[in-house]
Amino acid sequence: MSKAAEIDIASVSKIYGSTTAVQSISLKIPAGSYCCLLGPSGCGKTSTLRMIAGHETISSGDIRLGNTVVTDLPPARRGTAMMFQSYALFPHLDLVDNVAFSLKMKGVDRDQRRAKALDMLRLMQLEAYATRRPAQLSGGQQQRVALARALITDPEALLLDEPLSALDPFLKIRMRAELKKLQTSLGITFVHVTHSQEEAMALADLIVVMNDGRIEQAAHPRIVFERPATPFVARFMGDHNVISGRVIEHKAERLLLGVPGGGEFLADGGAQTLRDAADIVIRTDRVRIGQPAELGLGFTGSVTNIEYRGSSVKLSVNGAGIEDFTAILGDTEYFAHPVKVGEAIPLAWERQDAIVLGSPKRH
Amino acid sequence: MATMTSSETEKIESTGAKSLRLPSGLISYLQAAPLAAILGAFLLVPILMIAVVSFWDYDFARMYPDFVTFNYAETLGSWVTWKIYLNTLKFALLVWAITLFVGFWVAYFLAFHIRTSAMQMVLFLVCTVPFLTSNIIRMISWIPVLGRNGLVNTTLIDAGIIPQPIEWLLYSDFAVVLAMVHLYALFMVTPIFNTLMRIDHSLIEAARDAGASGWQVLVNIIIPLAKPGMAIGTIFVVTLVMADFSTVQVMSGGQSASIALMMRNQMSLLQYPAAAANAVVLLVLVLLMVAGILRIVDIRKEL
Repeated sequence: MSKAAEIDIASVSKIYGSTTAVQSISLKIPAGSYCCLLGPSGCGKTSTLRMIAGHETISSGDIRLGNTVVTDLPPARRGTAMMFQSYALFPHLDLVDNVAFSLKMKGVDRDQRRAKALDMLRLMQLEAYATRRPAQLSGGQQQRVALARALITDPEALLLDEPLSALDPFLKIRMRAELKKLQTSLGITFVHVTHSQEEAMALADLIVVMNDGRIEQAAHPRIVFERPATPFVARFMGDHNVISGRVIEHKAERLLLGVPGGGEFLADGGAQTLRDAADIVIRTDRVRIGQPAELGLGFTGSVTNIEYRGSSVKLSVNGAGIEDFTAILGDTEYFAHPVKVGEAIPLAWERQDAIVLGSPKRH
Repeated sequence: MATMTSSETEKIESTGAKSLRLPSGLISYLQAAPLAAILGAFLLVPILMIAVVSFWDYDFARMYPDFVTFNYAETLGSWVTWKIYLNTLKFALLVWAITLFVGFWVAYFLAFHIRTSAMQMVLFLVCTVPFLTSNIIRMISWIPVLGRNGLVNTTLIDAGIIPQPIEWLLYSDFAVVLAMVHLYALFMVTPIFNTLMRIDHSLIEAARDAGASGWQVLVNIIIPLAKPGMAIGTIFVVTLVMADFSTVQVMSGGQSASIALMMRNQMSLLQYPAAAANAVVLLVLVLLMVAGILRIVDIRKEL
């Protein structure tokens, strides 16, 4: 339907008065990929998206779309289309006129633009509502109208600003699947801003985790989840325990980490200097109850909380200088040997599951 | 008693309600009664009285309760009345068009070109400053500006632009329209400003994203969304101009007439039934105009 464009962001900054929203970020989004900008509110992800769209001026740096530098182009001449967070549908126009708006601005004559808009609405399965106003539609339908309006310009890249945040949880999951399907069938580049790591994992080919105006990690979801680059990424993605301490022994690719006032933990790690601060990350679902195979691959602590989650059970354990260490156990495994709050239990994990943060990627 | 459980409070409330038990229908009527009484006494009854009196007979000294229609026949059958009605409608149309134009751009500037909301409020209050003085004073203050030897004429003569004073500045239709625009422009600015402030800025960004130029955004997004405010402002301005007599009398120097001025003259001649008939015709006319505006623009969202 349309050609996809690679988006190249080269040391772009955004400064509002004295505050820096985006600090000199560089990022290449491959053509035809689904990219999620992920981070907490105020991390600069929306500013980045709006700079790509052209709704925010770029304080320094350049943005290239395909082969054109679009830094100083107005939004409509960039080949991008934006879908706004609240959809920003025109309340005084019916669906056909909403979708045909950009064609009207280009001076396409009435019959032609209405026919094209109807085609677009048919694609979104909304032709039955063509003469309604946006306020008469449900949230999911409004979102599809916004998509139709954005896609009628045949953009090379579609920019979505928290497109699912206004929907209820059930609809969120359904629309998520529709977005992914649409991206696959159109083959154009999607850039999607979200604060939900679950959404990003489900959709993206490329997750860009942002914090405080900087990119913490930009990689495939599996890499981001299995090899988080920084403690922030590990904590933000969830399902990880981060153990912070200092390197007390380091030889032959093996690292011994000392936690202040607590235990010592073993991990395979790259070049780390002695006495440096370092972090180890262990996935919560890789922890089991039992004695560790080797010293430093587990600890004994007291259970502070037990949560039943259906197929799994979540244990919170304090001990060895670590607060709130989480273990997710399968329900059959747990109920074979249940524990009580306050009980001291040994926890253990395999050596390959302890990952030193910031170490080079294996994949 | 320091503490009270919720069941205790409920008990107390329920016993209180028992001693004052009234049918629920009556309670609603009682709640609506004060407003109904005020509107009835000060709006409905006077209008009914005017309608009744408009069918009465009169001579130079007193009125005679009767049912005659010649007050209407005289009002509607006289060429003078028609001319005065047309003149008033002309004022209404001119003042409406000018206040709409001025009011929209003032509101647009305030809503979209002033960045901080504090500054918006300051400038909006500046717009209302003239309203701290009375209508009459604001109107009369035009006389030394526009008069034969007023500020405008003397300045132009001293600058050598014109050889002799411009006559039509004061005591003319121009002066009437100018003073009315001055008096009523804010009634147009306020409702339009209110609607413009409610326009979601992402709509404008969405329009820009779709390739709209500044002018296209204005025509396709801002003006359509400002229509309810324009309609409310129009109702204010049109009804005020239609009912105006002091501005017309002072600023035209008695050379122009309006319906309200005609009614005032009739009343000073003690022709109350004739004035009442005129008032009823004016009321019907204004109500028709308002109904017309409401048919074109849906203002319910703004209320």
